[in-house]
Amino acid sequence: MIEQNDILTVAEVANLIKARLEENFYGISVIGEISNFTAHISGHWYFTIKDNDAQLSCTMWKSFNTRIRKPANGDKVVLSGKVTMYVPRGTLQIDVRDLKPAGLGDLQIAFEKLKKKLSDEGLFDARFKKAIKKLPVRIGVVTAAGGAALRDMINVARRRFPLVEIVLAHAKVQGDGAAEEIVSSIEELNKLDNIDTIIVGRGGGSLEDLWAFNEEIVARAIFASRIPVVTGIGHEIDFTIADFVSDLRAPTPSAAMELSTPNQNDIINYISDFCNKNEKRVQERISLLHQKIDRQINSYSFRKPEGMINDKYQKLDNTFLRIQNFIDNRLNESGANLNLLTSALENLDHRNVLKRGFTITRQDNKYIARSSQLNTGKSLEIIFYDGTTFIERE
Amino acid sequence: MEAKSFEDSLRRLEQISGKLAAENTGLEESINLYEEGIILAKECYNKLKEAELKVINLRSGIEEIFNENDEKGD
Repeated sequence: MIEQNDILTVAEVANLIKARLEENFYGISVIGEISNFTAHISGHWYFTIKDNDAQLSCTMWKSFNTRIRKPANGDKVVLSGKVTMYVPRGTLQIDVRDLKPAGLGDLQIAFEKLKKKLSDEGLFDARFKKAIKKLPVRIGVVTAAGGAALRDMINVARRRFPLVEIVLAHAKVQGDGAAEEIVSSIEELNKLDNIDTIIVGRGGGSLEDLWAFNEEIVARAIFASRIPVVTGIGHEIDFTIADFVSDLRAPTPSAAMELSTPNQNDIINYISDFCNKNEKRVQERISLLHQKIDRQINSYSFRKPEGMINDKYQKLDNTFLRIQNFIDNRLNESGANLNLLTSALENLDHRNVLKRGFTITRQDNKYIARSSQLNTGKSLEIIFYDGTTFIERE
Repeated sequence: MEAKSFEDSLRRLEQISGKLAAENTGLEESINLYEEGIILAKECYNKLKEAELKVINLRSGIEEIFNENDEKGD
């Protein structure tokens, strides 16, 4: 075999180990908990099997895993296969040929136990769910200050509703002390009186990574929060206890921010819709009034003094000018609407009435609406369509 | 305009819209409401367009700058 002083290449050694491993660890069965599970796009599965004292890398090729239910992190399984070595990396791994569930993993059991306990207490009841404010002024965010989750949430807020203010309450989101930090951040935000919504967020990770969000103290802090809490923890497939107890569960941190903020485009549409709709309404109202006046002129033209009608017209004219000034400052310039208004203004021009043969009588700079108002001894002016005649009196 | 009153403004716009749609609102009132509405609408629009997201750190109490292309990982 190998002599003591032989110099071997790396590949030679690696392949020797590989051969020994495969000879001796063929057809073994291992019980343990799945962790770091990844289903690669190629169809192959990569994961770790572990217990309290050790862990081993595993691969399960597509050809072997097609008929097997995809396991989740934390699942306790019995797998069988052979131990081999991946020579290019010099790593040892189990080449898994079969995989069966072996009851639930410890974390999974703890999860189910707490879920049942809190559910029985009513912490997940719909009647406790608080409504999320549609137009928030301030959103408290509980997440890691340097994390990608925070960055994602900020980007979503900036895009959707930059008017909102974000109050960051940093908390460790995994590892020792994470649950305690999350709890104290939620509590601190609750001491402020101007926070509309709290988002508790964390990016994706294994069951162990997300474990803080399955801790009872976190669930109780969320339940006790006076301010509505939206959770966005992990990815679509991850459900944590925090998600069950929160007022609204979002699949990711970004989605949590999305559900907590209005879309500014919707608001802008609402505003411009308001302008257009009401401009039309006011126009219609005025033209309706115009028609009424017109009817009056036609039926009472001989008895109703022209001056009074003109006063009304003048008042309308002034109102129209006021509106027009505003229309000029409108958000959305719409040529069509402006034209409508201009033609409405033309219709109201009192000269159109004069054109039809009526006249206006003025005395002392006042329109004379009644014959009783006319002082026949004083000068007066009569306004025709084509000019004004002054009648001078001593 | 404070952010708080942004919501108030939108609520007021809704009110105005309702009043303008009502048959019994007089002409003079309609015009006044319309004017008020246009001013509010414009204010809201400008407020949104000019808004820049503020991120305040609760612990330090100071505003932190987070840029779109921040490359901080977790």
